[in-house]
Amino acid sequence: MKLAAMVLGCAALAAAASNETILIHNADVYPVTGAPMKGVSVLIQDGKIADIGAKLVPGKGVRVVEAKGLRVYPGMLDSATELGLSEISAVRETVDTGELGEFMPQLKALVAVNPESEHFGVVRVNGITSVMTFPSSGGGGGGRFGGGERQFISGQAALIHTDGWTWEDMEINRSAAMHLIFPAIAGRGGRGGGGNPDFGPDLIPGAAGGSYTQARRTYEQQIAHLSEFFDDARKYQKARAANLPGFVHDLKFEAMLPVLDRKVPMAVSASRASSIHDAIAFAEKQNIKIVILQPRELGKVGEELKAKNIPVILGRVLALPETEDSPYDEAFTLPLEAYKAGVKFAFGTFDNEFVRNLPYQAATAVAFGLPYEEALKAITINPAQIWGAADKLGSVEKGKIADLMVTDGDPLEIQTQVKHLYIHGKEVALTNKQTRLYEKYSSRQ
Amino acid sequence: MTKLLLAALAALAPLCAETIVIQNANVMTVTKGTFKGSVVIKDGKIIEAGEKVTVPEGATKIDASNQYVIPGIIDCHSHIAVDGGVNEGSVSVSSMVNIRDVLNPEDIAIYRALAGGVTTANILHGSANPIGGCTLPIKLRWGKDAEGLVFEGATPGIKFALGENPKRAGNPQGGRGAGTAVQARYPATRMGVEDVIREAFNEAKAYKAEWDAYDAKVARGEHGLIPPRVDLKLQALKEVLEGKRFVHAHCYRSDEILMLLRVADDYGFKIRTLQHVLEGYKVANEIAAHGAGASTFSDWWSYKVEAFDAIPYNTALMAKRGIIVSVNSDDAELMRHLNTEAAKAMKYGGLTENEALALVTINPAKQLGIENRVGSIETGKDADLVIYDKPPLSDYAKVQKVLIDGKVYFDRDNEVSGRAAKQAEKQKLIDKEKQSQPGRGGRGGRGGQGGQAQ
Repeated sequence: MKLAAMVLGCAALAAAASNETILIHNADVYPVTGAPMKGVSVLIQDGKIADIGAKLVPGKGVRVVEAKGLRVYPGMLDSATELGLSEISAVRETVDTGELGEFMPQLKALVAVNPESEHFGVVRVNGITSVMTFPSSGGGGGGRFGGGERQFISGQAALIHTDGWTWEDMEINRSAAMHLIFPAIAGRGGRGGGGNPDFGPDLIPGAAGGSYTQARRTYEQQIAHLSEFFDDARKYQKARAANLPGFVHDLKFEAMLPVLDRKVPMAVSASRASSIHDAIAFAEKQNIKIVILQPRELGKVGEELKAKNIPVILGRVLALPETEDSPYDEAFTLPLEAYKAGVKFAFGTFDNEFVRNLPYQAATAVAFGLPYEEALKAITINPAQIWGAADKLGSVEKGKIADLMVTDGDPLEIQTQVKHLYIHGKEVALTNKQTRLYEKYSSRQ
Repeated sequence: MTKLLLAALAALAPLCAETIVIQNANVMTVTKGTFKGSVVIKDGKIIEAGEKVTVPEGATKIDASNQYVIPGIIDCHSHIAVDGGVNEGSVSVSSMVNIRDVLNPEDIAIYRALAGGVTTANILHGSANPIGGCTLPIKLRWGKDAEGLVFEGATPGIKFALGENPKRAGNPQGGRGAGTAVQARYPATRMGVEDVIREAFNEAKAYKAEWDAYDAKVARGEHGLIPPRVDLKLQALKEVLEGKRFVHAHCYRSDEILMLLRVADDYGFKIRTLQHVLEGYKVANEIAAHGAGASTFSDWWSYKVEAFDAIPYNTALMAKRGIIVSVNSDDAELMRHLNTEAAKAMKYGGLTENEALALVTINPAKQLGIENRVGSIETGKDADLVIYDKPPLSDYAKVQKVLIDGKVYFDRDNEVSGRAAKQAEKQKLIDKEKQSQPGRGGRGGRGGQGGQAQ
């Protein structure tokens, strides 16, 4: 009965929506970018955080949400998902990641985001208010269903809100990154349970059965092939600037221009230290900005990343070690290693099914030594900075978009409940397909 | 090289203290409350647990100040420690094969699971067949041989599987009706799955009747009888009919769950556990009435069609309807943090801390029929214990020590401090291998999993 009342209440809220002015009253505010403030209020107006203070008085028409004893945090941001593009991962018809083709920078994940995907409701109730969603394809085009040639550039990753009527409504930045799957020499089995085959499996077809020399040759050929594409894009850029006669507009190369101009970073899937090192060298040579996705080891490359100010998106913390004789806690301690090396990092779940567990991945890193504040930053302000949205997202600060979660405790702890959620200033119902089924079958006699 | 390393690891034998006292700990017994006190262990058993205990002379003391002790975690669904594939998929009924014959005590997943607090695991055959292979629970006695892993005295099991997985071999091309007569393996539908199970038990019932008649004659003192022919496939099913072998059935959708319960009712046997049972919440009343246990995932969903109605409230909903529920892993990684998987039932559905802890301790022990031995901290039970540095249902908790039969099998301090020596030993072995194979320098340098790199 309590549930039913909650559902009804929230349905009414959803209908009221967006231009509402709301005062979250007398809460403990954890801005992430500054010290926590006890017993203060947050005013939400026109989708933004209009004010924060102890003495805010609600004006006329302002809805007051009593939040005594509750905590206000910025909504969480997952830096690597396929949300909106994949519903049931085993059913091809429901999956739109992994297009065919070697170089596909013109593809935009945003246009394939299904706003009605059940996944959005599921991740929202755990406080995730925005995500990076990738067009991701691993080694073979055609995604995890295979069938295509090796893919290098899979397209543009979008930074989106987890709520909205349409993908335009959800958009924060349709081209927050360009996804590149960097070649690698490998043949080892990956980590079980740690990864999504859509995100650069780091395998060269044929490498497993062949010799190291062959694998090395294939690797070098692939890097040369990738370089050629960049060289062609540069030529296109020059021809375009010069407005040469006979210039033909090309969608692939057009899409590469913001990358070449360092306006959009390349998100580079590279998991081994050696391939990360080579990816850094490649970026230097091509003069592009990069973000490393899902490294599985850092070692000396940590210093290099720090020196060149290259951020990384760490994959699942709850993952198996890379090799049989790696320490059992290898993946648990990678965030600490990144922190110690001074590398800027954020967390990504690299999947849809477990996006809601993003804060628990961060918590495991804390259990194994990462300072708590760093873990919290890595799912809020750090990703906002890495994806160029720190002026809008990632902290509770005046002027930012009101993406807020109100909790009854530490959001990194599993037992904590999200009590209210605001996305773009709108209170979002904490219901989804799963709460509806729960309610329905709870009522069965 | 891998073998050598493993041998070296095994040589770091478990600390063999006969009498141990874990002191000053927050003891979460699961069945007898939580208190600040001690646990006394002798000859592998818990001989006392309480706020004040008698410390036997000469006992080794483990100071667990500000730490937490819980019973060893039990995973009711795992595929670790199996040599090679877990499916014998060539036939729809493969009750003649047995996981016990292919236990691999050198699987590193055993040690990793130990480091996550698991002490007992139900090792299952895969889900390719409506009736799969025979199964058994093991203790994660890392360093022992295959027989040393076996949970002595535990009732063995058999794996059943319903739904998409057993249908798959009937649809080799994946699509609807795609299989040709030559390639396809019956069944290809949920209807066929039911029929395969019924056909098998129809046969098993006749087989049992034959044996029962023979046994009765022998009991009456008749001599010179020729016993019926032993059929290894039907023998396992006969044991199911006799309640001597537990059925652990992989299932997802409510219709197939109900189907299996009714088949079991018709043939007069019990389903011991429904595994995964993601839609168990829809037929919780029926499951409770049959008396089956339910062993589920905390929050997996959406990875296939039959997992699309999965809800994280499943655990709590089934528990509240009186079903004995456990949370399992089915995965070598997830197995390492079943404590926090259990905690999700507090978030989703509001179980208490103790109810949540029971999901990975006493409940799976009951499901496996080993609750007189393990699953709680009680006098007389096996000293299978886990020591955490923080409250075990917090995701900030780390396993510090794990004991099985009163012996320390995992110790985080030793693990961490021993790494440099292991690394040096590894390097030595690599150098040796390089020297012995001059033309193949560099090979094996990364000790790849399963050696695929080579």
